Order: sequence, then C-alpha cells, then structure tokens
Amino acid sequence: MPKTNVALFLPRARLQDLVDALHASGRRCVAPRVRDGAIVYDTLTNVSELPVGVHDAQAPGRYALEHSGSDRLFAWANGPQALKPLLFAPRESLWRVVRSDDGSLQFREVLPKVEPLAVIGVRACDLAALALQDQHFLHGPYRDPYYARRREQLFLVAVGCSHPAATCFCASTGDGPRPQHSYDVLLEELDQGYVGRGGSTHGHELLATLGLGSAGDEQLRLVQEESERATAMQIRKLPSRDLRAALFANLDHERWDDVAQRCLSCGNCTSVCPTCFCHSEQDAPALDGHQSEHLREWDSCFTRGHSYLHGFTVRPDTRSRYRQWLTHKLGSWHDQYGRSGCVGCGRCIAWCPVGIDLTEEAAAICGPGA
Amino acid sequence: MNPYLPRETEVVERLQESPTIFTLRLRLTDPAARGSFRFAPGQFNMVYLYGVGEVAISIVSDPHGPDLLDHTIRALGRVTNGLSKLKARDRLGLRGPFGRGWPLERAEGRDVVVVTGGLGCAPVVAVINYILMRRQRFGRLTIVQGVKHAEELIWRERYAYWRGLPGVRVLIAADEGGPLWPYHVGLVTGVFDRIDFTPETAVMLCGPEPMMVAAAHLLTARGVSEEDIWLSMERNMQCAVRHCGHCQFGPDFVCHKGPVFSYAEVKPLLGRRGL
Repeated sequence: MPKTNVALFLPRARLQDLVDALHASGRRCVAPRVRDGAIVYDTLTNVSELPVGVHDAQAPGRYALEHSGSDRLFAWANGPQALKPLLFAPRESLWRVVRSDDGSLQFREVLPKVEPLAVIGVRACDLAALALQDQHFLHGPYRDPYYARRREQLFLVAVGCSHPAATCFCASTGDGPRPQHSYDVLLEELDQGYVGRGGSTHGHELLATLGLGSAGDEQLRLVQEESERATAMQIRKLPSRDLRAALFANLDHERWDDVAQRCLSCGNCTSVCPTCFCHSEQDAPALDGHQSEHLREWDSCFTRGHSYLHGFTVRPDTRSRYRQWLTHKLGSWHDQYGRSGCVGCGRCIAWCPVGIDLTEEAAAICGPGA
Repeated sequence: MNPYLPRETEVVERLQESPTIFTLRLRLTDPAARGSFRFAPGQFNMVYLYGVGEVAISIVSDPHGPDLLDHTIRALGRVTNGLSKLKARDRLGLRGPFGRGWPLERAEGRDVVVVTGGLGCAPVVAVINYILMRRQRFGRLTIVQGVKHAEELIWRERYAYWRGLPGVRVLIAADEGGPLWPYHVGLVTGVFDRIDFTPETAVMLCGPEPMMVAAAHLLTARGVSEEDIWLSMERNMQCAVRHCGHCQFGPDFVCHKGPVFSYAEVKPLLGRRGL
C-alpha cells in the first residue's frame, strides 16, 4: 500500500505522464477542452489539448473565454457541463420490447456499454454535486442500474479552484473551492506544476507509478494561500445554507411574480445544474411494428409537461415553475437529502439567457442573511 | 432486478364501466412473477402499452387474490386511450406495485368513512372492496360520493347494492341535481352533517385537492384527528421509483411516500395552487 498522506509534486512538464498512466490502466481520459467558445469535457489524448492560459469571464447571462498569457491549464472556474452528463445520460435507452406475431411481448433491459473513464479537472462543486446524484440514484429505495454502471467505472482527478468566476459561490455553500472528498487524485495548480494527493486506493496506486518527489513546504504554503484567495474572491453568496423554512414561509412572496416576469422558462438552469435529476420517459417504436425502444431524457420543472396530470397542468405558469425550482433546490432538498441541492457552481446564473441570479432571488425572498 | 423493466402481462378481461371508464383485469404471464406478487390497497402499478408508454394506475382488486389485478382506468390521454382499446388476451407490460397504500390495519375495529369527489375514484374503490370482504373486522362503513352534475354519476347499481348491505350507508351529492335527482344537492361536504363522526372514525378521501382541503377542515372541526384523515394524492409519474422527479409534492415523492398520505403529513401544502 503506497503512503497515503504525503503531498507530492508533479512538475507541469510531467503532467502527460499522469495521462499516460491513466491510459496504461485502461481508462479513457476526459478533460477540459475548448469547444465552441466554452470549456467542455471531451476526450483527451495529449496534455497539449488542455486550455493553456484560458480564463473564463462569467457574469449573469454571460460566459466568455479570455487568454491570460499564463502557462496554467486550470486557471478557469467551470464550463456548462459538470460530471452529470457523464453519469446520468442526457438521453438513453432503458429497455427494448420485442413484439412477436402472436402479440406476446419480450422485455429486455438495455444497459450502457461502459468503458473505464478518468475525468481530469473535476471541481469541488462538481464533486459535491456528484455526491448528491449518488444519493439520489444509488442510495435511495431503488438503485438506478444505468447510473450505477457508469459510476463504478469512474476515476476522478480533481483540481482545486484557484480562479473562481464572478458567478461562483461554493464557499458559501461549503462545497469549495478546495475538493474535500470523492476524488481519486487531487491536484492543486501552481505556476510550475501541481501539488498532488491521493484520495483512494486507486489514486494512491496511480501516483505511486509516477515516482514523484514530495511537495516542498513553500509549495504547500502557496496552494493554501491560493485556495484562501479563491475563497475571498467570491463575491456572491447564499443568505444561509438552509433556506427551507424561509422559502416555504414565503410561497406567496411578490418576488415570485417579479422573477416570473424575467424568466423565460427555458430550462437552461436545470440543464446546467449539476444536481438536477428530473427526467421523462418515452417510447420510440420501430416502423416495422415489432420493436419499441423505451428511452429516458433529461426533463425540466420549467416545462409544461413536467407537471401535466390527466387534463390539467399543476404548475401552469412561470411563477409556479420558478418557485418549484428554487423551493426544491434550496428548500425541500434538505428533507430529501439532508442538505441543500445547490453546490454554488453558479452555472444557472451564467447560462441563464436573461441573467437571473439565484443568490439574488433567494436573498430577495428569504432576506439577505448574515 | 432492474426497477425500470416491465414484465409481460395479459389482459384476462375488459369491463366497460361507463362510456369513458373501463377496468382491465390483468395477469402476469410469468408464473413465478405472478406467485410472488403482493400488494396493498391504494398501491399502484405502472401499466405499459406497447409502443406508446407507461401510466400509473391504482390496483382496485383485492390483495387476497394477487393473481388477477384489476385496474380501473379513464380513457383520457395517449396511453389510457390506447389501453381502452385492448381486449382479452392482448399483452402489455406491468411494473409494480409501488407506493404506500391505505392504512387499513390502523382502521380495523373502527368506523370508516370513504369520501370521493368526482368520477370513478379508483383508489378508494379498493378500500370499499377490502372492507366489504372483511366486514367483521371494521365498524360502520359510510360511502360518500360527490359529483358536479347529477348525470355524471356512474355505478348507480353498485351504490344501490352497497346501500343494501348491513352496516353500510351510502350518501350521494351533486352540485347540480336534476328533476329526478333523489340525493343531496350541494357540495359533497354538505352531507357530513348526516354522519356520526367519533374520535374513532377513520376517513379516507379521494378527489380534487380543494375538495379534500374543505373536507379535512370540516372533519377536524368535528373532532376527527389529522392522523385519521387519509387522502390519495396525484401527480405526474414517469418512473415510479423516486428518480424522475415529476411527482414531487413539497419534500415528498408521491410515488414513494404516497400516493396515500395522512392529512397531518400534507396539511401545510395541500391545495396550494401550483405546488
């Protein structure tokens, strides 16, 4: 068993060795890459494909990449995707039914073909969201076999956040900026390289194969300082980590009408939210009449169909749909999973086409807090 | 066992209850699955129509005979309209049972009042049938049915039959009666004056939320405890296994904690528009 508590130092020039070691262990690597003007998770073969010196300028309704001239590869906060699409597929087959000529039906489950996957560059907010999705899909009364398959094959290389965006507020939710759990390897970026730590047996084993030296005291001091600065830089916060009582006491607050005037009910917030789990099911029958595919697809509480109930819609307007999203995310999540469903990633703020700010709405309804 | 995967099921019989309401009597085709199937009144199944999709339907038959599963359905949407066209020997899919049923053990030895607002409220038919099959284990049974218009009342023969049974009362109300309407004219709660509620009475409600709220208010005013008023909630359901998020009602997933709740559990949010 390799040593577990030693911080190692990985020079930037040797980052490819880490990727090679992951490949050698049979894993496909997925890492942050620039595509269509955003940082997305995509297959990585060489570290030269990582976003060198790229910084993301985020604001309500705004996401833009800038080049800082630095050599750093993780000097950005986050892109629109979290880990969610890698585990809870946006659209997938659940089962297939074959109908014979005599009308009999045969149901066959369709489990995803999964390869071992390593994700590099996972943020603290996304790890917190992963833990919540695990609770929802794996640890409830029914285990989701589709999610479970992918989850079992996942290796996570987390990277501490040194450059939070203006939309970030993970410090106020208690989830960042430093990854605290659920990773296999943690990297913290400095100008010359990375302070690395193992977080699981697999992670320790992987680091051991690289033959790295220990990180120096100065390097440890610097990552600590950067993490503290990343906390101090965050300009947004939620009024409290538990807004359950305040939200449900204010179901008739006039702010719901106000936000409904601005909200387009487009569902962008629920798509980029790393914890939103709603999905709908549908059938796709083959034209030959002998087979049908049963699929599930991400759904959003902002759609009309989400609350449709034989002939009427329970939440007929944007006011009730926004209220459902916020009271669930920041309120009833506490009843369901023992904490808020918000991990402070700020994606719903940046990717909202009209720039609705969840922290601002929460403060308007619940009071600004301490 | 994959909780999303249906099992093949055969239509044994199809009964037309009204122009739009029908009952499918179903049997799982796999003997082992059939043998191990157990359910409680008030629980529901996800019934799958080939090529169209699934719909949550309450089981109305008696849990003592889980071989045959009766589902009373109103043809209203895509799936239920398709289901209405099925006939004996047709095949479909079924997953279940899901959810929490009626607290019938808790109600044993006590008077039970069953209140339905609207048409063909299948979840409480299961309660009525259950009690009638075990008559000596319960006190007086009062069946209260409310409809909007007199001509909407279905199952008139069934009410007449129930009324003739010992220890059973049937009270019917229509918001709008008609020239030959023999029953109460007004809201269903208007007949509560004629019922002798005691602190030992258990009440089971099914219907639109505003009606259940009004009923619960009147019942608590008459001394029925909030823990003894039970009601069946409805929300959109897709997965039935607490994953898809559609059936959320405040903190609860109706498919799992419900569909039957005590009034005490849902009182703060019940009947509030848009929840």
